[in-house]
Amino acid sequence: MPAAAATHASTTTPPPRHAHLGDRAFAVVVTLLGGSVLFVVGVIVLVCTRLSLPAFHKLGFFHFLAGSDWNPVEDSFGALPFIYGTLVTSAIAIVLAMPVAIGLALFLTEMSPARVRRVVSFFVEILAAIPSVVFGLWGLLVLVPILRDVVEPALGRWLGFLPLFSGAPLGIGFLPAGIVLAIMILPTIASVTIEVLRTMPSALREGALALGATRWEAIRAVVLPYAGRGIMGAVILGLARALGETMAVTMLIGNQPEIHGSLFAAGYSLPSVIANEFAEASGAIHTGALAGLALVLFGVTLMLSASARLLVRLSARRLVAA
Amino acid sequence: MSEMTLSVAQSYAIPRRVGSHRARQVVNYTMTGLCALAVVIALVPLASVLWLVVSKGAHSLSLAFFTKLPMPVGEVGGGVGNGIVGTLYMVALASCFGLPLGVGAGIFLAERGDGTLGHAVRFTAEVLAGVPSIVVGVVAYGLIVVPMHRFSALAGAVALAILMIPTLARATEEMIRLVPRSLREASLALGVPAWRTSLSVVLRTALGGLLNAALLSIARAAGETAPLLFTALNNQYWNLHPLQPTASLTVQIYNYAISPYEDWHQKAWGAALCLLIVIGGLSLVAKLVTRRREAA
Repeated sequence: MPAAAATHASTTTPPPRHAHLGDRAFAVVVTLLGGSVLFVVGVIVLVCTRLSLPAFHKLGFFHFLAGSDWNPVEDSFGALPFIYGTLVTSAIAIVLAMPVAIGLALFLTEMSPARVRRVVSFFVEILAAIPSVVFGLWGLLVLVPILRDVVEPALGRWLGFLPLFSGAPLGIGFLPAGIVLAIMILPTIASVTIEVLRTMPSALREGALALGATRWEAIRAVVLPYAGRGIMGAVILGLARALGETMAVTMLIGNQPEIHGSLFAAGYSLPSVIANEFAEASGAIHTGALAGLALVLFGVTLMLSASARLLVRLSARRLVAA
Repeated sequence: MSEMTLSVAQSYAIPRRVGSHRARQVVNYTMTGLCALAVVIALVPLASVLWLVVSKGAHSLSLAFFTKLPMPVGEVGGGVGNGIVGTLYMVALASCFGLPLGVGAGIFLAERGDGTLGHAVRFTAEVLAGVPSIVVGVVAYGLIVVPMHRFSALAGAVALAILMIPTLARATEEMIRLVPRSLREASLALGVPAWRTSLSVVLRTALGGLLNAALLSIARAAGETAPLLFTALNNQYWNLHPLQPTASLTVQIYNYAISPYEDWHQKAWGAALCLLIVIGGLSLVAKLVTRRREAA
């Protein structure tokens, strides 16, 4: 094991005189356990692909992606309504959550006293720990009536000329799903942004303050330009979470495989249709189509998380180098 | 450094005309106020969710609610006892697979994770933590439900275990890396083999942190719904057989919430309170464990 021995020498432990049998066994066992993480990714890809092959064979991959008709009874499967619903709800979530999360992160790292920071961080942790299904329950029984009776009629009255806010106020649909998603991804964006801001050397910030900048000027001129990439990464991580979030969206979006321009309308999302139909899917084509949707979801979230992590890491490295 | 500061200064920090002191202060206070407002906006939904779950859920709670089986709609009484037991059972089963793999991968990352394989595993674990849980449910379906031709607690547990591995691996690594290097060096200097040092000095020192990470990942698994929908399915009765469908608290909340019955909505709030108590209890124990280890 020359490779392992070489890395061993360079890491935390000094090289042993002669590799004991115990050391070798330990190295093998631990490496196998570590490799299990890679193995899991392989299994996910393999299983989803195998399940979805019958559907891809029958429908063709691109036809499946671009098709807008979803009718299991006639074996007609198109992914477009679900992709559309997922994108619309996630977009609402990002638009609502991004300013709040970044504002919160700035307040906690740059402006607030340590005691406030501890308390608020604790509450943000709790927000992150509440299960999706509880948010769904809250959205369905609390948020939806408010939207249906108050918010959506008001929006319709004042902004009804925009196609976004036209149509009957149903309560359920893209809007409540997006709002609850925003609440759910807020802790993700906020905590990663805080993590990024913390890695920034305080000398830079103090330099700006010493030159006479106000706190906000220091943030605009020094903090945000340097942490920009990392914050971008935080937002992308939030987006990845929003795309894959299942229960709350399933309970709120209305579950209609249709494409509407209005935010008040009911729609459907990729995770929701899998959640609703997978257990009762009839036949290999239907199961395959749903597994195909899962594969699409997996691919997209994997790419988003990977790029987000790279951005956060690049940002941290640049800060350390500076 | 100076080059970078200059470029920022030229583009940004030093305006052609600096506004009056008062104007700059006004901007400063406005932005501070907006950021503080963001904190309030973020905490309002949390307060609303917690308050409603506690106040509405408290009505349903009784001994029968914790110990009885669910009743058909229209009949009074009944509980979510099988869901509580099912959730705990599946989480325990998932821990049997998930904890060794997750902690083991974390040990690998901390002890031998500086090579190419280590970087690859670390990056994969970070990315894997962002994979939607519903996708993991599909995988468990393909791995367990399809070959066995039945929905089962085992399939649900496998899905939960897969979800536990990546976050646990990263948390374990961080906890182990917190152990001071001098401890390890002292042990090695006494002639203890590296593997014994890793296990009985470094890991033992990090034990409190590991326990904390494990409890938090268990709490997270207990709150999962999506991967159970088509693996463990649901069950109206008690079940502790690994190869039978099993009820869970989260799936019960889902079914009660989407029903049109007022009575079932009430039960959904009660079950949600139960779930939050389970998750909160686990997190609390995790916090206490860490604090005690730190004090010791």
